[in-house]
Amino acid sequence: MFDFLEGYDVLGAFWMTVKLTALSALGSLVLGTLLAAMRVSPVPLMRGFGTAYVNIVRNIPLTVIIVFASLGLADIFGVTMGAPDDFKVQGFRLAVLGLAGYHAAFVCEALRSGINTVPPGQAEAARAIGLSFSQVLRLIVLPQAFRSVIGPLANVLIALTKNTTVAAAIGVAEAAYLMKEMIENEAQTIAIGAVFAFGFVVLTLPTGLLLGWLSKRLAVKR
Amino acid sequence: MTSVLYDTPGPRAKRRNVIFSVVFFVLLALFLWWIWKTMDDKGQLKWDLWEPFTTSQAWTTYLLPGLANTLKAAAISMVIALPLGAFFGIARLSDHRWVRGAASTVVEFFRSIPVLLLMLFANEFYVRSTDIGSEERPLYAVVTGLVLYNASVLAEIVRAGILSLPKGQSEAAMAVGLRKGQTMTNILLPQAVTAMLPAIVSQLVVIVKDTALGGVMLGFTELLNSRSTLAANYANVIPSFIVVAVIFIIVNFILTSFASWLEGRLRRSKKGTGVVLGEDAVEINPAAVGGGFGTGGEGGGPSGFTFTDKPPR
Repeated sequence: MFDFLEGYDVLGAFWMTVKLTALSALGSLVLGTLLAAMRVSPVPLMRGFGTAYVNIVRNIPLTVIIVFASLGLADIFGVTMGAPDDFKVQGFRLAVLGLAGYHAAFVCEALRSGINTVPPGQAEAARAIGLSFSQVLRLIVLPQAFRSVIGPLANVLIALTKNTTVAAAIGVAEAAYLMKEMIENEAQTIAIGAVFAFGFVVLTLPTGLLLGWLSKRLAVKR
Repeated sequence: MTSVLYDTPGPRAKRRNVIFSVVFFVLLALFLWWIWKTMDDKGQLKWDLWEPFTTSQAWTTYLLPGLANTLKAAAISMVIALPLGAFFGIARLSDHRWVRGAASTVVEFFRSIPVLLLMLFANEFYVRSTDIGSEERPLYAVVTGLVLYNASVLAEIVRAGILSLPKGQSEAAMAVGLRKGQTMTNILLPQAVTAMLPAIVSQLVVIVKDTALGGVMLGFTELLNSRSTLAANYANVIPSFIVVAVIFIIVNFILTSFASWLEGRLRRSKKGTGVVLGEDAVEINPAAVGGGFGTGGEGGGPSGFTFTDKPPR
């Protein structure tokens, strides 16, 4: 029944999806944390930059960002991501760059809402014993904020997993790319659709359940 | 100072902030200068490439028809997805286990699949099983994908809205002798939808953004697709991207502003109109109830799997 799968590297395509997700998640977490720190910092210029970044990036479709990474950044700006000759590697890295840059805005917003969950009294107490802004943020606020935003971050991660399909727009051979190729060549449209749908359910459902459980367990009880 | 994280800066902190500002400004300026210089080197700053946007031809031939298609697809999707979402949201709250189970399965299934896969599948399905012409097909496929996905997200929004109503609402309805269906249509749904309106409007932003997928993958002539035709004609890759991004930002900014205006209005008139939600319930946003699952990728709010939780404050 599933003999149409022969000749196609479905697992390889999903592995590409997983790699895209993992690297972009890491990138967006780092960038998003930086942006969140900027948005709550005492330096007005940094605050302004953080706010502008989030509001601009959030309103541009991810597809536009990814296609721009390929046509604009690589072709015009010469950003080759360390792989000027290998277009496959270059496409992959550009996709990671685009995905990380886009989702960093959402990570930043999630973290910022987490920072708001920390009672002001704690930050006041921390300041009263003489901790500096970066110490308050590092030792008191961010650890608690991270624990309370596992849920929202799980949402971002799941959205990111599904958004990796947009990388197909610049020819990264992940799941959506392979599915497009397969349903054009093979007759079993519905079976192919079911296989790929199942793949994404397998990827996103455990993530959501695991992180949902984790967020309940780790939430700071107040 | 509004932030709890730092005191009103004293002389030392003020000095440090100035240093940080200067360093950050220099880094930012260097970065912007690099962008400017590269664009200049590649000839992307030449007036010839920007001039088309001052003429009406570029707008009437490429950008405006593209924008019109984007908005058309988004509007059609919203109009179909809203009643469908309300239906599934209510079905998930049914007293009958099999109705609840079936609706939950459908909603969870379409929510966990990328919208792009739905569009690709719908496109191929229309090729094989219907006689929709190849001119119209991309629009149909895009709308189908968007409807399936966003109806399931809206179902969660509606469900969260109904669940957030005080229990006394349905108890009172029961006491005056309304049937279950009457309670839902006359009492619960109107209140839930009013309270959820901002979330529903915000979902429009996600839909508008997702139409761009159809442009790249299905050949739907929306704004991003029109951009590539335009850039092929005038050889202005960077300017065309900038203009298209700005159009998207403006459209979505209008929608977000409308949503927050609506929210503020509903919050203020809480006593006057039918909105009876408590403080917590009004804060539920699309992200909090799973809007974050889309290509929109909104974060924030509790895990997508525990919709009745209060969003973090």
